[in-house]
Amino acid sequence: MKLNKIAELVKIKRESVTDVFISFIAVIAALLVGAVIVYISGSSPLEAYKALYEGAFGSTYDFAQTLTRTTPLIFTGLTVAFAFRCGLFNIGGEGQLYVGGMTAAIVGVSFTGLPIYVHLPLALGAGAAAGGAWSLVPSVLKARVGAHEVITTIMMNYIGILLCSYLANYSFKAEGWVAQTDVVEPSAQLPKLVPGTQLTASIFVALACVVIAYYILYKTTLGYEIRAVGLNPTAAEYGGISVQKSIVVAMLISGMLAGLGGTGEVLGLHRRFIFGFSPGYGFDGIAVAVLGRNHPVGVVLGALLFGALRNGGMVMKQMTNVPTDLVIVIQGIVILFVAAPEMFRIFRRIRKGGIRNAF
Amino acid sequence: MNAEALSAVEMQHITKRFPGVLANDDITFSVLKGEIHALLGENGAGKTTLMNILYGLYRPDAGEICVNSQKVDITEPNDAIALGIGMIHQHFMLIPPFTVAENVILGIEPQKTFLLDREKAAKDVQEISQKYGLTVDPRAKVQDLSVGIEQRVEILKALYRGAEILILDEPTAVLTPQEVEELFKVMKSLKEEGKTIIFITHKLKEPMATCDRITVLRKGKLVGTVLTEKTDISSLARMMVGRDVCLVVEKPPHPAGGTVMEVENLEAYNDRDIKALRGINLVLRKGEILGIAGVEGNGQLELAETLTGLRKVSAGKILINGQDMTNRSARDIINAGVSHIPEDRRKRGLILDFSLAENLILGSHFKSPFSHGFQMDYDNVFTHADNLVETFDIRGTGIESQVKYLSGGNMQKVIVAREIGREPEIIIASQPTRGLDVGAIEYIHEQILRMREQNKAILLISADLDEVLCLSDRVAVIYEGKIVGERDPQTATEEELGLLMAGGKI
Repeated sequence: MKLNKIAELVKIKRESVTDVFISFIAVIAALLVGAVIVYISGSSPLEAYKALYEGAFGSTYDFAQTLTRTTPLIFTGLTVAFAFRCGLFNIGGEGQLYVGGMTAAIVGVSFTGLPIYVHLPLALGAGAAAGGAWSLVPSVLKARVGAHEVITTIMMNYIGILLCSYLANYSFKAEGWVAQTDVVEPSAQLPKLVPGTQLTASIFVALACVVIAYYILYKTTLGYEIRAVGLNPTAAEYGGISVQKSIVVAMLISGMLAGLGGTGEVLGLHRRFIFGFSPGYGFDGIAVAVLGRNHPVGVVLGALLFGALRNGGMVMKQMTNVPTDLVIVIQGIVILFVAAPEMFRIFRRIRKGGIRNAF
Repeated sequence: MNAEALSAVEMQHITKRFPGVLANDDITFSVLKGEIHALLGENGAGKTTLMNILYGLYRPDAGEICVNSQKVDITEPNDAIALGIGMIHQHFMLIPPFTVAENVILGIEPQKTFLLDREKAAKDVQEISQKYGLTVDPRAKVQDLSVGIEQRVEILKALYRGAEILILDEPTAVLTPQEVEELFKVMKSLKEEGKTIIFITHKLKEPMATCDRITVLRKGKLVGTVLTEKTDISSLARMMVGRDVCLVVEKPPHPAGGTVMEVENLEAYNDRDIKALRGINLVLRKGEILGIAGVEGNGQLELAETLTGLRKVSAGKILINGQDMTNRSARDIINAGVSHIPEDRRKRGLILDFSLAENLILGSHFKSPFSHGFQMDYDNVFTHADNLVETFDIRGTGIESQVKYLSGGNMQKVIVAREIGREPEIIIASQPTRGLDVGAIEYIHEQILRMREQNKAILLISADLDEVLCLSDRVAVIYEGKIVGERDPQTATEEELGLLMAGGKI
């Protein structure tokens, strides 16, 4: 039994080596291309990257800020990765995140006098449930009538975001001209972790979700079924697995993760729902999942990279002449390189043993 | 054989290693000009690898190649083509919406200034096809052609590129018996025109009928080269598998027990919404093999799928142990004790990207001891896999590696191990030995008979009439979605069954 477990560990390492390698090379390559761009535009790449690095990891404050930006990306990265393990493209993370955040805000402002150990879990649960409900529509449509989830999740984004806009502008609007809700009750707030920074306990929720997602996918019967459906629905059906059920459940969990991401931002960072609080986290989640090779642990690393780039980029802009847009360029190039992993594989195999071997 | 018998290809001491496998181990192989030379071996013996090396798709780790007595270095297919070598792969590489002529000239198109000279192309293709008796309409679109004709187009493609040496990789695997006959005729006429043919196969009978010499490979090693006229099927079989193969199945008599499955007036539609089953009636008894013979496409796939809950029953009834199981889910039917060896093992039977261990529990993954409530118990999954790998002699790189790396025969063993290992009451086996080599076929036949002795009920659906006749206790013939007759395999003649399979009345 022990031998098996050791073999399992070694195996996991060996199989992930290629994945890690590809992502790593892609990041390095993107940084190099970024350096060339900085150089061409007349600045020193070395200084720009130094500023970027220090802005991201230079001090406790900077690191805490980096983690703040990493947190929502972990949620949305998991959102995309989890659905993808069932063969689904959840492009609806943004809408699910909004709806989740708004619902959590409503629960956060509507109840008063509740103890924190009741109110906070209630708000978190409501946010997750709302995100899940939002993803349920596309998944049921897919399972029942075969409607493609890419189309339906994108459409649900519009509905969700505009619904939240309405709620933030009318039903739950706080005093003033900003489209936002009132501050949620202290009993529904996620506590700040590092004084003077924006880092909140939301990151613990995110990391707990990473563990839970990993556990579900690789240790439970449900996860076995979800992965089976993702890899070969025909064989899964043959193995007595309900493809429809797996699709609905996987998408539900995926949507809940996005909903929790929005909830974390609302109950933690902003302490209220502010319309426009997400600069596109739901879509960045696709990039994070791609970079993280759809693995929960990979998602954490991908989110950390993008979080660091975003946070460091602002410092870089202040210290040097390089605009923050460089960060977006680097992010884009990373994805370009990772999204074409087959290219790397094919090149390597051609070198090793001929063209036929490569495919 | 005299001075004219020059060598066309000589491959000396070829060695090729893949991760974990020695695919070719010091193989020396030579082909004479103008002969048809068979390369015979089980799946995974290294035949295709050797030929891929000759065609420049792989580089050998060691060894030398001579073509027309000249030492050559073939680094890519273009080198091979320049040397007059053409290869026809198992999977055709044609563009369906293009015409035959367009496909043939692809890559080396004749041009009239900047335009494609379609007329010349069609004329050229017509010329070659007439010369070698490869009748085909150059203006027909490939998508409208049968598989046999598509294969001709592939051969034409090679000839158009000036091939003198043709490598055919398992050319008969995709053909009907009639098409096989046609192919053999084409091969002979190519030989008469002085072409050299290397014919890769794992079927024993084929090289006996067509080839001048036969080279046998086993587990990456050369076993030997023999003259066809000086050998016979049983000695070839011995060379191929390394021991005497019992080609005739030994089947001790076994009394049939009570009825376990009844099918009444079963009807179902195929994927194109055409009625594929039109009132099937069957009775399956304990300790008995019921064979379903028939030409493929007469409802066999739909029958297997409706019986296992994978396809909707539109009318009729399925009773398992007296209980109505019509249109129940696949899981309910698995739980009722039905195992299924599906005909499409790669798409239906296996999750290729899952590990061997994970594949071996598909269909019982939700049951103890693999699953406790919602949680999987991977310790038990691995122990189970270790046991089955040992019992069923599944050869691969370990229970943790993905099944897609296994050979076809071992893939089928994984399915058989899983379905039999579940201790079912009823086994629906669809084309269980299709595409497998002699060793694997024999093994699977043994397992099916062992199940019979253990009093399981077996429904054997196979397009291989020999297989059905050898194994079954009763044979039912399916034609256009109906059972058109049932015979005792002891007394039934092939002619009689052939007539039934073709829809004739007796």
